[in-house]
Amino acid sequence: MAECTGNFVMKKNAVFIYSKEQLGYSFSDSHPFNQKRIVLTLDLLKKSGAITDSDIIAPRTATDDELFLAHDAKFIDVVKKAGKGEIKEAACEMYGIGTEDTPIFPNMHEASAMLVGGTLTAVDEVMSGRARHALNLGGGLHHGFKGRASGFCVYNDSSVAIKYIQQKYGARVLYIDTDAHHGDGVQWSFYDDPDVCTVSIHETGRYLFPGTGSITERGNGKGYGTSFNFPIDAFTEDESFLEVYRTAIKEITEHFKPDVILTQNGADAHFFDPLTHLYGTINIFHEIPRLAREMANKYCEGRWIAVGGGGYDIWRVVPRAWAHLWIEMNGLDAPTGPLPTDWVKRWQSESPVSLIETWEDPVPLYKPIPRKEEITEKNAQMLEQALQIIREKRESC
Amino acid sequence: MLIEEIMKLDVVTLFPSNTVKDALEIMLENKIRHLPIITEDQAVVGIITDRDLKEIVPSTMSDSIDKNVYDIKLSEVMTKNPITAHPMDFVEESAVVFYTNQIGSLPIVSNNKLVGIITETDLLYKYIELTGAHQPGSQIEVRVPNIPGILFEVSKVFYEHKTNVLSVLVYPDKENSANKILVIRIKTMNPLQVIDGLKTAGFEVLWPNVPGIS
Repeated sequence: MAECTGNFVMKKNAVFIYSKEQLGYSFSDSHPFNQKRIVLTLDLLKKSGAITDSDIIAPRTATDDELFLAHDAKFIDVVKKAGKGEIKEAACEMYGIGTEDTPIFPNMHEASAMLVGGTLTAVDEVMSGRARHALNLGGGLHHGFKGRASGFCVYNDSSVAIKYIQQKYGARVLYIDTDAHHGDGVQWSFYDDPDVCTVSIHETGRYLFPGTGSITERGNGKGYGTSFNFPIDAFTEDESFLEVYRTAIKEITEHFKPDVILTQNGADAHFFDPLTHLYGTINIFHEIPRLAREMANKYCEGRWIAVGGGGYDIWRVVPRAWAHLWIEMNGLDAPTGPLPTDWVKRWQSESPVSLIETWEDPVPLYKPIPRKEEITEKNAQMLEQALQIIREKRESC
Repeated sequence: MLIEEIMKLDVVTLFPSNTVKDALEIMLENKIRHLPIITEDQAVVGIITDRDLKEIVPSTMSDSIDKNVYDIKLSEVMTKNPITAHPMDFVEESAVVFYTNQIGSLPIVSNNKLVGIITETDLLYKYIELTGAHQPGSQIEVRVPNIPGILFEVSKVFYEHKTNVLSVLVYPDKENSANKILVIRIKTMNPLQVIDGLKTAGFEVLWPNVPGIS
């Protein structure tokens, strides 16, 4: 790595990137992508005593030059014009905006560039050595492509951030994506790049958007072997999910030896999520950051940047799931028992569903899965095949 | 769709007077498995595959290797007068030719001259494109009665929700021959409204909705 020295004594454990302006990324009140979940999470953390104002840093806005690192100038121009009402909807469609998934909204460019800027702020905090870890829940827009928006994502903050890390800090980046949807935009951005390793654990694309992310997508040319996909079956439960996650992340991190880890923390692999078909519980959102932090400490001197992502049950799932992420970043004990009553009181009246009032999920959360054994066995076989490439190399050494 | 839309125009060929060694080298170099054998005026007179060559050339593990086999002329070992197709044949028809004749490639001939080639791989890729599986989308499966106009009724729901359909496949229903299963890929990450629309219109949505798990 070129430059990533820092004063360990002065280092903060973690910083939280947030300002109200991040909420400007809003398609409509009825759209499933709703940034109110960040407000709910932050409020939960505050009322739990896990965060103070001094932990919070305001995001900056990404410049056009920074966006050019991962996006075409023409696409950015169309987004700018669309957000100002200067271009017809039909002319935007080939750029993936003005669709039901990614409708046009006022100041679309400014709001999207701020989410990217938030992730860049997180990057600078960590790479300059001011903090060991940084969290930007406004980021994680992993479906954004070079010249096209897709799946609720306009600009791809992770792709821009990784290019920025490479250019400014010369570091090798491990990108870990645990959103229930395949992290296609980030994967294709670095498909040929041997210095960026992308890992995505997601529900199989047989039925679920975007349909990609098979184990055979391993990278191309010099980047062959630095793209990993773990498509797990619909109805996968915690144990099988975590078996795939733990095994994959431990072996890949040891193999790739990154300088920094960037994790995308979609919270849509939960049973309650309306857009996916995985049967995760809150436990996976406690375990995911725990291992990420362990790997960052072991291989990257703690350098870990985390971003948000999907998560469409914003009342019962996302606040608790993302709170776990921040709590883990700060090395605090995992909370148990009731949620702060003032948080429940504050938000229950707005919620269309009954809030879960404890850190844990109710037991049982769902009826037993009829094909649990087959699903577990199939996931185990997929894990084996996906990791074969590095296991073979290890054995031949 | 016509073969001319998917065939490869840049075909690697040899003459009947070339040798087994030439064929081995050119296949290795170009990473191909099928070689049309042509005359000076581009007429296809034969074809040779990597499998044919494997039968001719002895294994490298063998104790006694007869070097002379490498000098055999292709005219002696090629499959003469192979099955060919025309650029204006339908892709679907050609797929049947591949299947029934158990072959791996079809030289495409027009006016007695070689103009292209298609292989099993080209057909498979075309099939993937037809399913729409290579572009971002969600998949929905709907059971419909096998009656005229039903596709119109289903597609009306997509129209109402301004949803772009990437592909439609029609399968027979194994449980009841009076029905068909439509497998539709739509360009959206949020299929919930469309699914609700299909249900409201009286259709049985098989996926997302697995029996025994609701």
